[in-house]
Amino acid sequence: MSELAITALRFGLLALLWIFVFTVISSQGRSLQIARPARLTRRKKKTDQDVSSDTPPPPTRALPTKLVITEGPLAGRTIPLNGQPLLIGRAQDAGLVLEDDYASGRHARLFPQGSRWFLEDLGSTNGTFVQGNQLTRTTPLEPNVPVRIGKTVMELQA
Amino acid sequence: MTKTIDAVDAEQPVKKPLRITELLLSVLAVAIGSGAYMLSGLGMDQPLEAHYWIQLGVMFALAIAFHIVIRLRAPFADQYVVPLALALNGLGLAMIHRLDLVPPGTQAANNQLLWTVLSVIISMALVWFIIDYRHMRRFTYVWLLASAVLLLLPFLPFIGMEIYGARIWVNLGIGSFQPGEVAKLTLAIFFASYLSANRDLILLAGRKIGPLAFPRVQDLGPLVVAWLVAMGVLIFQRDLGSAVLFFGLFMAMIYLATSRLSWIILGLVAVGAGGIIAINLFPHVEARIDGWLNAFDMDMIYAEHGSHQVVQGLFGLASGGLFGSGLGEGRPDLVFAANSDMIIASLGEELGLVGLTAILLIFFLLITRIMRIGLSARDAFGKLLAAGLGCAMAIQIFVVVGGVLRVIPLTGLTTPFMAAGGSSLLANWMIIGLVLLISHTANRPMQAGPMVNASGIGAGTSVPGQPVEAGERK
Repeated sequence: MSELAITALRFGLLALLWIFVFTVISSQGRSLQIARPARLTRRKKKTDQDVSSDTPPPPTRALPTKLVITEGPLAGRTIPLNGQPLLIGRAQDAGLVLEDDYASGRHARLFPQGSRWFLEDLGSTNGTFVQGNQLTRTTPLEPNVPVRIGKTVMELQA
Repeated sequence: MTKTIDAVDAEQPVKKPLRITELLLSVLAVAIGSGAYMLSGLGMDQPLEAHYWIQLGVMFALAIAFHIVIRLRAPFADQYVVPLALALNGLGLAMIHRLDLVPPGTQAANNQLLWTVLSVIISMALVWFIIDYRHMRRFTYVWLLASAVLLLLPFLPFIGMEIYGARIWVNLGIGSFQPGEVAKLTLAIFFASYLSANRDLILLAGRKIGPLAFPRVQDLGPLVVAWLVAMGVLIFQRDLGSAVLFFGLFMAMIYLATSRLSWIILGLVAVGAGGIIAINLFPHVEARIDGWLNAFDMDMIYAEHGSHQVVQGLFGLASGGLFGSGLGEGRPDLVFAANSDMIIASLGEELGLVGLTAILLIFFLLITRIMRIGLSARDAFGKLLAAGLGCAMAIQIFVVVGGVLRVIPLTGLTTPFMAAGGSSLLANWMIIGLVLLISHTANRPMQAGPMVNASGIGAGTSVPGQPVEAGERK
């Protein structure tokens, strides 16, 4: 091969090397960025008024304290929670005993975590429904959201 | 579907890395490596015979195979690591081949290609077969034992070999092997596993002297182990480079684990003490340092174990200039060990400052990727392991390139992925495999499964929806 062609290839190789380097750098783009720590403090002066008007009030941080039964044989009953996990079911040792053929012995479990209550279905036969949707896994339960087990409907209240 | 925990927590879905980027970059890397390989043949007035195309085909096949393995087994792994390593490996092969062509001729490149194939296959096997790299942390002391065995292998009768005064090789019958290279890996795993388990203890206990919190005496165990390993390597194997590497690895990892300056101070004191002992007791260490400080002294250049090698390398680099002499047109063969210890000088001569800078940048990018993987890892062990392996590579490159450029005394460490020698290649490709596994585990999305702790003692105290990784590999 001619001298000229080899010289051209030589510089071509160097160019290719740098193209490789720059391709790697440019295609990395934002993947080199490390996730910014979440901003904890609200921007003060500017949004002071907007917060009150536009956005809904920040969720109450306090843990709801009672479970109110709204429908079913036990309607009107209020169960104080005291921040303790509650077992719901037909079994006699359950925290909330349901006299209901459609409830399983150990039907569901309500337990606190941080500032929220979580509802877990313990493999019941007929399922646990939150707002009409059957629970498939542990779910945080907000106050005033109806939960149906068998014929009983209940909700958390502050 | 109900609003479940994972929907709450995983507000930002994990972006799947673009595998096509990896494929394209791998192809580009193979093109660079094999292009350089052919060009070095052309520069040496060789006809482009079949073996050039075989080399191209083998490298291409390796790149594609690795890509497929990653797609199948680690689809969330980092997409830059493999192309960067392939580019370095290819450039190393090209330079080794070019030096083979100098009469009387050697066969180092074929050997290196064989080792490349073997190493990449082993690396792929790691990615394929290791289900969860975190299981490795259970065997803390097994890794320490493995490191010790690997470091002691060269002293066994029959298989131990001494080459150029350093006893770091074993003879496998088919060729020599440097177990210390793999020990780098096992030691990193040991330190990562030990420090991830005992980090809190080391951090909490200790006395505060001024602004520095010093560890308790009984927590100095790992430091002593590292120091003993480094000094043992230095004294018995006469391998200054590996000693620096092992101790540097330990210092980097303990600093990463504790972010305590006091460890660095203690380490430097230990190094200083060891260094003074070594200089006074061992003539070869003193000769090395003397040859470094007075490299251009005429007597020193022509002395036995003098600075001839470094000075020749520097002249080679100087004659290469900005754009290099071109592959096959310089005389890198005048330097001793031009295709292994001094391969950076050879590449610098023929590719010039422009080419050598690009190569160093590729190393730099590889290390930043490994560090990035360390940052993204979710478990302490993975973090420490990735970052430690990245630091080890950085230290190794600094020691080698610094030695060649006479920034520090020249020591016999290999240039990762480039230098002729199978053990180094194998160890570094294994690092790539591990790092890929760590990044896959770090990047794959979490999915909340059903609660395991349904009720009973401690129920409700555990984190609900303890993450269970999606895509759990069977």
